[in-house]
Amino acid sequence: MHKQTLAQVAGDLRARRVSATELTRHFLERIERFDGELNAFITVTKDRALEHAALADRRLAKGDATPLTGIPIAHKDIFCTAGVKTSCGSRMLDNFVAPYDATIVERLQNAGAIVLGKTNMDEFAMGSSNETSYYGPVRNPWDRDLVPGGSSGGSAAAVAARLVVAATGTDTGGSIRQPAALSGITGIKPTYGRVSRSGMIAFASSLDQAGTLTQTAEDAALLLEVMAGFDERDSTSLDEPVPRYSQLVNEPWEKITIGVPENFFDDGLDPDNAAALRAALAEFEKLGARLKSLRLDHIHLSVPAYYVVAPAEASSNLSRFDGVRYGYQAEDAIKDDLMTFYMRNRGQGFGPEVKRRILTGTYVLSAGYFDAYYLQAQKARQLISDDFARAFAQVDIVAGPTTPAPAFGIGQKTGDPIQMYLNDIYTIGANLAGLPAMSLPCGFVRGLPVGLQLIGPHLSEARLLKAAHHLQRVTDWHQRIPGGYG
Amino acid sequence: MQWEIVIGLEIHTQLATASKIFSGAPTKYGAAPNSQASLVDLGYPGVLPVLNRQAVIMAIKFGLATGCKIAPRSVFARKNYFYPDLPKGYQISQYELPIVHDGHIQIALSDGMSKTIRITRAHLEEDAGKSLHEDFKGLSGIDLNRAGTPLLEIVSQPDLRSTAEAGAYMRKIHTLVRYLDISDGNMQEGSFRCDANVSVRPMGKRELGTRTELKNLNSFRFVEKAIEIEAQRQIDVLEGGGTIRQETRLYDPDRNETRTMRSKEEANDYRYFPDPDLLPVRIEPALIDEVAATLPELPDRKLERFVRAYALSGYDAGVLTAQRALADYFEAVVASSRGGAKLAANWVMGELTAALNRDGLEIGSTRVAAAALGALLDKIADGTISGKIAKEVFEAVWNGEGSVEEVIVKRGLVQISDSARIDALVDDVIGANPAQVEQYRAGKTQVLGFLVGQVMKASGGKANPQQVNDALRRKLGAPP
Repeated sequence: MHKQTLAQVAGDLRARRVSATELTRHFLERIERFDGELNAFITVTKDRALEHAALADRRLAKGDATPLTGIPIAHKDIFCTAGVKTSCGSRMLDNFVAPYDATIVERLQNAGAIVLGKTNMDEFAMGSSNETSYYGPVRNPWDRDLVPGGSSGGSAAAVAARLVVAATGTDTGGSIRQPAALSGITGIKPTYGRVSRSGMIAFASSLDQAGTLTQTAEDAALLLEVMAGFDERDSTSLDEPVPRYSQLVNEPWEKITIGVPENFFDDGLDPDNAAALRAALAEFEKLGARLKSLRLDHIHLSVPAYYVVAPAEASSNLSRFDGVRYGYQAEDAIKDDLMTFYMRNRGQGFGPEVKRRILTGTYVLSAGYFDAYYLQAQKARQLISDDFARAFAQVDIVAGPTTPAPAFGIGQKTGDPIQMYLNDIYTIGANLAGLPAMSLPCGFVRGLPVGLQLIGPHLSEARLLKAAHHLQRVTDWHQRIPGGYG
Repeated sequence: MQWEIVIGLEIHTQLATASKIFSGAPTKYGAAPNSQASLVDLGYPGVLPVLNRQAVIMAIKFGLATGCKIAPRSVFARKNYFYPDLPKGYQISQYELPIVHDGHIQIALSDGMSKTIRITRAHLEEDAGKSLHEDFKGLSGIDLNRAGTPLLEIVSQPDLRSTAEAGAYMRKIHTLVRYLDISDGNMQEGSFRCDANVSVRPMGKRELGTRTELKNLNSFRFVEKAIEIEAQRQIDVLEGGGTIRQETRLYDPDRNETRTMRSKEEANDYRYFPDPDLLPVRIEPALIDEVAATLPELPDRKLERFVRAYALSGYDAGVLTAQRALADYFEAVVASSRGGAKLAANWVMGELTAALNRDGLEIGSTRVAAAALGALLDKIADGTISGKIAKEVFEAVWNGEGSVEEVIVKRGLVQISDSARIDALVDDVIGANPAQVEQYRAGKTQVLGFLVGQVMKASGGKANPQQVNDALRRKLGAPP
């Protein structure tokens, strides 16, 4: 039953061909069997999941279920879950039990989804390989010597290995799309503000956005229509109606124009990836889409701009982790003077990548550097937004690679942060411009999945999901399951 | 050398909103430590600030009352620094784009002139918590009840030239925020605090001297004393050939001295940047109009009207309008009595204020209502009682012995205006004091006062003093 999509499982649940409790037990068994080798979970909430499954079964019996009632899912450990450890992949929060639910946790729970656990992630979502986690790296189900991508690596691996039906993630510079691509699944980062950030531990507030990691675009639609929508607890959430994505994706195909940024296909892209992407774009053409070449002239500024803005915000967002009210406190730190107390708590509580970004962010906000870095980066951000605005005056969707190459080896890039950062070169633009973007499987290179990225204008999630769904109706890349997990 | 003191004030006034500026927690003072702090105030992971609209409206009120420009778009910024009573590691404040800016107020000077003091800006921000360094055996306690309380920081231009001007400015702002009902202005509870930027320069020189910042002056008296002592310190240093270091200094009221808190070099780099969790505050003209319609009559306008409508001196009008509630009380007294505005003003500023001060009460808790005082003044005006007796009645009413009417009746205080009775009393006094009568008739007319006093005494203070006077003069005959 784990080979089915969320949409299929939902059908079986409502037809009472399977119970929520059976499903939950089945997936919990798979987690027990496989997670030792994958390390996709930080916390498994077995008892709570079974209790909720029993409640879901009662709801299904009464006939007041939603399409998500009884669906086993997992949350990235960045989302606060009341009464459950919420670590954000960090030693700093290893002892932190959240006293409240994130808005999306609450909404999915109200819809009846069953949470099996909290997934591994790069520490405070800072990383592209899931190697910065305090809980150790997650392994890619396609090849356990490789990374699954990051920072939502645990969610991606869990869905790819069919340990859950679907999972939540967050994407600040590609943290949903990149692991989705490297793990062979579908991931969507909605428009900035589409999904509430309340209860999602902040990395870079102006870029962070919650989304989903699923087998298919249709599954993403089913989750997103529950997660999305205005939240009075988040001033930056958009007060716009939420379309019925799951209905819209099934409407007939319309002729659309897909823009292909030629500068996305330059030397930085693995030629085999490029070939797979071109083949997938040809499938869109067969469906009746028109392809149009274009350029995004300032996209080369995205990585440098991102690595100013994101660390700047992070350096401030992470100031609250001081060991005073919650979180890691070094042994006997309370006996030290104040400065030593801070230095020991934060020095021991944070890992090296988090420290690197706090230092970078503190530097770029400092007196005398603010104008040269932070303000310049904001200007670059505007130029990138303008590029996209020009593109969307001509095309409906921009399509290109999600990553430069397939998954890389664990430990292969940890010594060179710049190489690691360049892995996000194609994904960061959508965060800087606040645009919705997704990645879907589009082929295989050397046995490893390749992701196709679709980017749309503001609030065009339905358009992206529909295009992806129609492609997935005529292709089968998304149905492949990594060897050993079938 | 003659020195000129140059002062600019930064006043932090706590806004009287029911809940905090970015959370729903209550702002009430004096609750058990950490009982009024929500997860937002505690800086928990994942929580987000949501702006309290009431705080915005209060800032607009202040802006309108001080002729400030109301920014159509203002921005919250993060001021980053580490301290245990600052839960997020940053304070949400406004930096480059404050909500209101470029206004002014008038202060009255001792020579009767008034002076315009420019207001650079007033911005919204959240307060920090409190660190408690006593009672914890060498450790510090943190109370986060105050964290997230809305503040309006009002920054003046360095337009103040003396401690008296600084005090007048601070009092004027205090009066204003209470008029506008945007702050309780309670200084003991820290709702109204002040930092002062102080420098000195040789009289006549245009260039400003190096300034120091005096922190947390929480009473009018301390502001004046601290500035006085700091200006003198700077003058002494300069006259001794030294230079002033730009630094932050703390005023110690026990020793009446200021001392270095941190130098410019040690100052924090606050790394301000726009807070990405909050949208820019956009204020439409319609909202400004709406708020303007709710503004009360402001103190300057009220003062002018009191001078004009009640024929009061500028001084009296100033005292009466310093608090909106006192002005309202005065007007209610005037409206409820035939005694006239001058009599009402004298009583409100005299007996009433003295009684309030004696019992440590605010005008809102007065024990003699405006209508009662009006009734009392009527009794003076119609000659039922004398002014002196009226004070006795006032005390009795204040002490809860009954209404004005009841006290007068119960104590038999009705004034004696019957001329036959007064003549009889006068005759008795003349008969009993032949020596003084002789002196009067010999030209020593000051003795009349003594004789009036004797008649009043004989009447138990109830005889109409004017009639006694007249009767004595008539009976003694004109002096030679």
